[in-house]
Amino acid sequence: MATAPPSRSRDLDKLLLRPGHLVVPNFEPGPELRDDIKEYVKVLVVGAGGLGCELLKDLALSGFQNLDVIDMDRIEVTNLNRQFLFRLEDVGKPKAEVAAKRVMERVSGVNITSHFCRIEDKPLDFYSDFSIIVLGLDSIEARSYINAIACGFLEYDSDDNPREETVKPMVDGGTEGFKGHARIIVPGMTPCFECTIWLFPPQVKFPLCTLAETPRTAAHCIEYAHLIKWDEVHSGKTFDPDNPEHMQWVYSEALKRAELFGIQGVTYSLTQGVVKNIIPAIASTNAIISAACALETLKMVSGCSRTLSNYLTYNGVEGLHTKVTEFVRDKDCLVCGPGVLIELDTSITLRKFIDLLEGHPGLLLSRVSVTHRGKNLYMQAPPVLEEMTRSNLDLPLFDLMDKVPKDIVHVNGMAGKGDKKQSCLRKLRVVFKGIDVVAVEDMVLGASF
Amino acid sequence: MRSDFERILKVNQQKEVRSPLNSRRPIPIPAFLAGIMIKLFKVKEKQRELAENANGKPPVKKQSAGELRLHKDISELNLPKTCTISFPNGKDDLMNFEVTIRPDEGYYLGGAFIFSFQISTMYPHEAPKVKCKTKVYHPNIDLEGNVCLNILREDWKPVLNINTIIYGLYHLFTEPNHEDPLNPDAAAVLRDNPKMFESNVRRAMAGGYVGQSFFNRCI
Repeated sequence: MATAPPSRSRDLDKLLLRPGHLVVPNFEPGPELRDDIKEYVKVLVVGAGGLGCELLKDLALSGFQNLDVIDMDRIEVTNLNRQFLFRLEDVGKPKAEVAAKRVMERVSGVNITSHFCRIEDKPLDFYSDFSIIVLGLDSIEARSYINAIACGFLEYDSDDNPREETVKPMVDGGTEGFKGHARIIVPGMTPCFECTIWLFPPQVKFPLCTLAETPRTAAHCIEYAHLIKWDEVHSGKTFDPDNPEHMQWVYSEALKRAELFGIQGVTYSLTQGVVKNIIPAIASTNAIISAACALETLKMVSGCSRTLSNYLTYNGVEGLHTKVTEFVRDKDCLVCGPGVLIELDTSITLRKFIDLLEGHPGLLLSRVSVTHRGKNLYMQAPPVLEEMTRSNLDLPLFDLMDKVPKDIVHVNGMAGKGDKKQSCLRKLRVVFKGIDVVAVEDMVLGASF
Repeated sequence: MRSDFERILKVNQQKEVRSPLNSRRPIPIPAFLAGIMIKLFKVKEKQRELAENANGKPPVKKQSAGELRLHKDISELNLPKTCTISFPNGKDDLMNFEVTIRPDEGYYLGGAFIFSFQISTMYPHEAPKVKCKTKVYHPNIDLEGNVCLNILREDWKPVLNINTIIYGLYHLFTEPNHEDPLNPDAAAVLRDNPKMFESNVRRAMAGGYVGQSFFNRCI
């Protein structure tokens, strides 16, 4: 009897086709689960760099067949040591496109759509299409942006419980030399990126007068050339860190300054490192962190095991140390928190709305300023803005909010009574009565359980 | 890329990170969701296919947490009479504004100095970028408008705000400081010959040369 050819999903099948002690309560093993993951789950990988290459490979080999990858960068020769999907002849080509092509060549059945653009260029609809978003990014800004998008889909019911069908989970990886982290973010259930943004250490910045007068290190000389000398010589022209001529200029100026002060150690690569804040990347750290992220993605989607809860740190600097920390949500988080539900008549004016907040038992807000989707509806101060927004006070809030049946409004002011007043910033879920919210929701979400 | 290992270790030691609610429960909430997640995705994907050509949501402007914090800072500004703020791009762009300082005492009495503020979306984790648009003869401000104020760079903390920065800038005019020079010539004159420094400041503010540099009138 001829033996059947070994299935590529043999190892995966052990996780998805059988029950076990580690599975979550609603786990339903079987071929249907495996096929559903292939057919219905769409994963977006953000970033096609060190982590992104690993993630695409790991996810493709973990049975995900619908992948998208977005990255705005082109391949550089210095990427080749660790971004293993790229070859010398790919230098200059978009990372997302080459990475997608290479993985599809090697893993049959997988379909990867690449997007060579900035994450900000995509509309919200683009992000809402994905079941789960996996991040392989190198900046706080980009993480914060994607986090805000994903949390923006989250809706709460009238009891402030997240509506499951609006939850857009994320898995975030990050590495820095020998250190790294992998975390899961389930908006409304685990802390979001903004809840724990205080984790990031502040960037080290040198005093300008030290740079100008008393440089002591090579980095001081480089920052002098970058921050002070550049403006002095190129009045008005902005420095572009991705322009090699600009970088070369900063390097040669830094070198002159280092000679003047008898400082050693200014090199071209250090110049790049200081100006662009580059930390050397290590291929194995990327592999470890990506593997953790891909596995968490599979666990979260399938339920074949409990996910980590909720933040894994890995440190390979001295020996090896790894640990999972369970961070807690910031219940007042402006990005993922429910906010305070306020129901209003469409006729209510902005002035009446502001009065209402003062009397609201959960808010007790005085000296209120109101902002809605980047439009400042009323500003208590400074006088110049108060004057510009005063005329809004007598308009209906419904009209000021472009007649949407419900939306998020942010207010700030002084909360509390008497001497215990405290300045605060709050998120409100404003719902207008008498507007058919249900019909609108069905149209937008198309999901009712 | 930043990971935050030391901080987390520190937090772990404080043992405050586990919520009392979750500490005894073996299954975290996301795991509960996991079992149904695949079903959610399936239903959503089927419905999405059906509704392929239904109206898409128009892209709406997202307000970052940084913008909201800035909104709070601005609406709570409490400026001295010597400082005024203006918003060249109108009431809805708070990320770019100008502050004019008119010192009411000291060397710079009578002058008007305009500072531009650029706030990044990472505010308050990143300090605002502040430049002096008025060319000024000042030990701590160079001729390109770079300002040496500790809270703008090395000592910036997210608990500080726009008000603190404006007070800091105002302070530079009442107490120019020769120890942190960004204009070393001006700093040396202030240190060695305050009388001459005073007359140099007057000459610059009235519009004229101090040494090789020409200053526009700002009185």
